[in-house]
Amino acid sequence: MNLTLAQSLTQTHDEMPSLREIFDTITLQSGFNTNAVIVAASLLGIAGGIIGAFALLRKRSLTADALSHATLPGITSAFLIASALGLNARSLPVLLLGATISGILGVLCIHLILTYTRLREDAAIGIVLSVFFGIGVVLLSVIQSTATSSAAGLNHFIYGQTAAMLTNDAILMGAIALIATLIAILAMKEITIVCFNESFARVTGIPAGLIDGLILALIVLVTVSGLQAVGLILIVAMLIIPPAAARFWTDRVRMLIILSALIGALSGFVGSSISALLPRKPAGAVIVLCAGTIFIISMLAAPTRGVIAQLIRHAKLKLQIAIDHTLESKYQYPEHHPQTTFSLRVLLRLKGLTQSLSPSSALSQSGLARGRRVRRNHMLWEQYLVSCADIAPSHVDWSVDQVEHILDDDLITRLENEIRASGHNIDSQVQEITP
Amino acid sequence: MISETLRQYISFDLFPLTSAICVALSCGLIGNHLVLRRQSMMGDAISHAVLPGLVAAFLLASSRSPMVMFLGAGASALVTVGLIELVKRLGRVEPGAAMGVVFSVMFALGVLMLEQAAADHVDLDADCVLYGQLETLFFVAPTEWSQLFTVDTLKDIPTQVSTLLGLTFLAILFKLALHKELCIASFDPGLATTQGIHAGFITVLLMVMTAACAVASFEAVGSILVIAMLICPASTARLFTDRLSTQIKLSALFAILAAIIGYILASFVPEMLGMPSSLNAAGMISVVAGSMVAIAAIASPSHGLIAKSFRQRTLRKTVAIEDLIGLLYRAHETGSVQSKIASITPAMNTRDINQVIQSATRQGLITQSNDSLELTDAGHQAGAKIIRRHRLWEGYLVDQAGIRPDNVHDIAEQLEHLPTDEPDSNTQTDPHGRPVPPHSD
Repeated sequence: MNLTLAQSLTQTHDEMPSLREIFDTITLQSGFNTNAVIVAASLLGIAGGIIGAFALLRKRSLTADALSHATLPGITSAFLIASALGLNARSLPVLLLGATISGILGVLCIHLILTYTRLREDAAIGIVLSVFFGIGVVLLSVIQSTATSSAAGLNHFIYGQTAAMLTNDAILMGAIALIATLIAILAMKEITIVCFNESFARVTGIPAGLIDGLILALIVLVTVSGLQAVGLILIVAMLIIPPAAARFWTDRVRMLIILSALIGALSGFVGSSISALLPRKPAGAVIVLCAGTIFIISMLAAPTRGVIAQLIRHAKLKLQIAIDHTLESKYQYPEHHPQTTFSLRVLLRLKGLTQSLSPSSALSQSGLARGRRVRRNHMLWEQYLVSCADIAPSHVDWSVDQVEHILDDDLITRLENEIRASGHNIDSQVQEITP
Repeated sequence: MISETLRQYISFDLFPLTSAICVALSCGLIGNHLVLRRQSMMGDAISHAVLPGLVAAFLLASSRSPMVMFLGAGASALVTVGLIELVKRLGRVEPGAAMGVVFSVMFALGVLMLEQAAADHVDLDADCVLYGQLETLFFVAPTEWSQLFTVDTLKDIPTQVSTLLGLTFLAILFKLALHKELCIASFDPGLATTQGIHAGFITVLLMVMTAACAVASFEAVGSILVIAMLICPASTARLFTDRLSTQIKLSALFAILAAIIGYILASFVPEMLGMPSSLNAAGMISVVAGSMVAIAAIASPSHGLIAKSFRQRTLRKTVAIEDLIGLLYRAHETGSVQSKIASITPAMNTRDINQVIQSATRQGLITQSNDSLELTDAGHQAGAKIIRRHRLWEGYLVDQAGIRPDNVHDIAEQLEHLPTDEPDSNTQTDPHGRPVPPHSD
């Protein structure tokens, strides 16, 4: 069994492209056709990134999935109609026109289901996706059963295939992507406002419904432009993954859109280059996997929202809490020595909070100060909960232990003021501990 | 002796049809809860994402035995569910986007792996994952009835069919055994937890069942039918009823119907129309299931468009008649027993005043002479009732809701038509000083 795997691996090695070839491809010097495909894929990445960002903000990611599936019946009917009329049934503009029309019909169906029935959005999306795709599949089998024409080639629209793409096809695809990008940039202000605050948009005179329709139409355009290279199942990834990856790096919408476009372009460029250089690497899948890799890196490594950053923050907080607890109890009961791990003792010593490494070590000056502060915060918060927040005194400890570590100076001053303002005196116990 | 046509039917159509019904039934049952929880698209994500697992299993075991494929796809499905949850929780990504990211990457991985496998002349096809190959599930039926139920014949049943039969059994068992837990966890996870039912665990179980449906069905019918069957029958049933138990029974019925009708449309009708070969059955069944949703949306007696617009029209008519006799009553109060139609028309918020007059006349509320209207005794009583409600509501709005007297008329104009109890009050006059007509009974 492993023989086949090994074989395929060595085969791939045999066909590794030379550095020269790689250089030529990525600097767009390897033939006009390849260049056109790579440029078109990059443009598609930009269009998908920008429009996908809006779709993400509008929570329309899965609508895009339904729309892309909904293009299949359009492609197949266009093929059937064109061949019935004696036209060239494989002409790309005709097929893409069909795809656009049925994509828009899919949008309309979702809209109708949501407006006129009690079904929710997820069900509406699922119904349109499966039924439209079902129609497409039936029509495909109709095409296969009519002996006059073969459906070979239509499959490329499902999985994507750049190998058979002509230069003209690539130019058409790039042009559609470019148009979608331009429209999105022109309407960016309005779309952004609708995404963030629909009622505000209405009040300022922006037709929210129209803008919503525009976003969906742009999604259809992106889908159509990516049909041949990426395929209708995977095209949704070009709309979802780049903005989802970009979202990890920024909280600003302009930055989100720019990053998303960049990530899309990079995936399109790298993916189609790899596909051009290596055999048996379908462009659509490789582009999506590139985007997926960027997503994983972003999710792990982004500075504030990334998983690693979150874990570090979490660990830091936990450590701070452990230190505070130790200091507090050492301050409160100097005779009693809390259980501490060796590493915690090392850390306390390193920070100069204790005088030695032994578990019974006394606190240093700064350790005492910190312990006093934590103790004071604890009691202050306890008193606040009892006197101002109407919480049963027996329950105050529940949240005190967690909150005492995150009180900053500002908040402490406000706490003191609030307690005084509510007509209570600061507890004498608290007053004994000077800050 | 089995007749030739019947034998042909058993050989070529019995098992595809059985498979389709099995898929429809099991997915239809499970789908009810996905639709309720607004997680319909989970089926879509899972059924796309089984692809890399299938190819990996195939490459590792280099066999196409259904058991191997089932394990690979199952592992893939569970990984997908886990990854979606991970991306949602750790990455704080919106649920829809999380699903999209995970399943598209998984599918891309599968397509790439397939392409590599194809280089080694592996006959594995992504198409079957999408649209299935129901038509290939044939079996050579014996010529004699007595041979049909022997062990030798039965072991020739395609494994996909027995897998699907097992799945259906499992799905029904799952529903019956965990009905209460599933309902309570779908409607109110908090309540479920306080009742000692672990809502999260039930959700995991539901996802595992969804994955099982997707996996067991992929080879026979493809993902497209799985998605359609998870969502459409439940949605259709949802348009007919407000009770979950009825919805589940209805959805099972619709699922089976869609499977049978779709299969007949795909397999037998094209032949009758003289087409050279049959059509894709999985696709056709999805289309039928979708048409059922459309029909239900239009014609369902409780939630359909026709019923809704009929109810709306009836209500509009009632309101218009009530407005008319209200107007006539007010005119009567000021001393004019008869009112000219022309003077009433502008105050009536209706397009066709003649129709309203006709209906009111038929109900014996008014009489018409030339171009004037007059209330009958019954009409006078009804008018008093309407005006009483109107003025009591006005009083209520001013006294209890603190609205200024000159703003209450329009609100009361709507409230007077409500079939609720009139506001509790003993006042004799409304905020504008007009008398409140006494209670008619």
